[in-house]
Amino acid sequence: MGAQLRVYKRRIRSVTATKKITKAMEMIAASRIVKAQRQVAASTPYATELTRAVTAVATGSTTKHPLTTEAETPARAAILLITSDRGLAGGYSSNAIKAAEKLTERLRGEGKEVVTYVIGRKGVAYYGFRERKLADSWTGFTDSPTYADAKRAAAPLIEAVTQETAEGGVDELHIVFTEFVSMMTQNPVDDRMLPLSLDATKDEDGKGEILPLFDFEPSAEDVLDALLPRYVESRIYNALLQAAASEHAARRRAMKSATDNAGELIKTLSRLANAARQAEITQEISEIVGGASALADATAGSDK
Amino acid sequence: MAAELHVELVAADRSVWSGEATLVVARTTSGDIGVMPGHQPLLGVLESGPVTIRTSDGATVVAAVHGGFISFADDKLSLLAEIAELADEIDVQRAERALERAKSDTDAASERRAEVRLRAVAVR
Repeated sequence: MGAQLRVYKRRIRSVTATKKITKAMEMIAASRIVKAQRQVAASTPYATELTRAVTAVATGSTTKHPLTTEAETPARAAILLITSDRGLAGGYSSNAIKAAEKLTERLRGEGKEVVTYVIGRKGVAYYGFRERKLADSWTGFTDSPTYADAKRAAAPLIEAVTQETAEGGVDELHIVFTEFVSMMTQNPVDDRMLPLSLDATKDEDGKGEILPLFDFEPSAEDVLDALLPRYVESRIYNALLQAAASEHAARRRAMKSATDNAGELIKTLSRLANAARQAEITQEISEIVGGASALADATAGSDK
Repeated sequence: MAAELHVELVAADRSVWSGEATLVVARTTSGDIGVMPGHQPLLGVLESGPVTIRTSDGATVVAAVHGGFISFADDKLSLLAEIAELADEIDVQRAERALERAKSDTDAASERRAEVRLRAVAVR
């Protein structure tokens, strides 16, 4: 075998191996999207009921609570950024990080100090490499988040919000995650969780439903105190689940194009290998023919 | 046919039970409360404990609820809990083992969780 042909053969072998891996990753991601979507759907009833309850308390009572009232001069805002633990998902993590950077800039422009919390190894690596300070970070569960994970991430955030601003607390709480629209579309979005913007919660409910006057047990303040941390947790849980679904969808797409690319590469390489083999054969034939005719010429000459 | 109320028992990650009922008894922070159709709109904080639902066909559904909320309006009742289990789903032996383990580890939270589970099974 000629040297050229051997090189092509080797490259085809290596690209075939890569293609097998990307194909496997694509199929794993595809099966996980379905599971992640099912989880999002399963968590929806809790989230809607909770939102309804929060809206009911916030509109149905005259209670003033630090978590529902806007500070007159908000000085500090917290951002929770959700990225992935693993790469090979196209622009998934970097798009979410970009959205967080944009939000940070906007908040700074409004004269607020920004405190960043990050979920996912990719985001931690991004901030670590630039030596920017993170208030807190969590890793290791972005593939399939559980409610306990959301609770763990929510705890310091709730604590920061309830603290006085002068003592290092925050006035606003934002979350940046990748919204799962469909298999093909995922958008990085930023959302303000606290203070509650009641217009937004009303719009979600739609239909301008008139909420009845509730009887609070034991009291409106106590209910709100208990309700709001759960509300934050459930919002974070929902965001984590959507982000997980988006991550798998982004990975599936990235791996699909990698597989397609590998297929294309194998096709081109085998064409080249075929040409090289044919050239080798042609050369061998012409060498034999040339050799034979040289021999024939030589014997014809010696006969004389 | 007596009036009915629609009950949704939802945990953070799934819907546990939903259906029509004539009476729901739950434990709020200020004591046990029974809700029947036509009750005044109510929003309360739940204690960990068993919730008893009398369904419209006379059967009784018991669930262990670990914290959460009860909200009632327009004959629709929602029970929201981070963790909720139907008594039928609870594995008694496992709960007993968990209780013993929690007692030896003096883990108050999981001890109470296990106790609530066992109480729910006992009520059933």
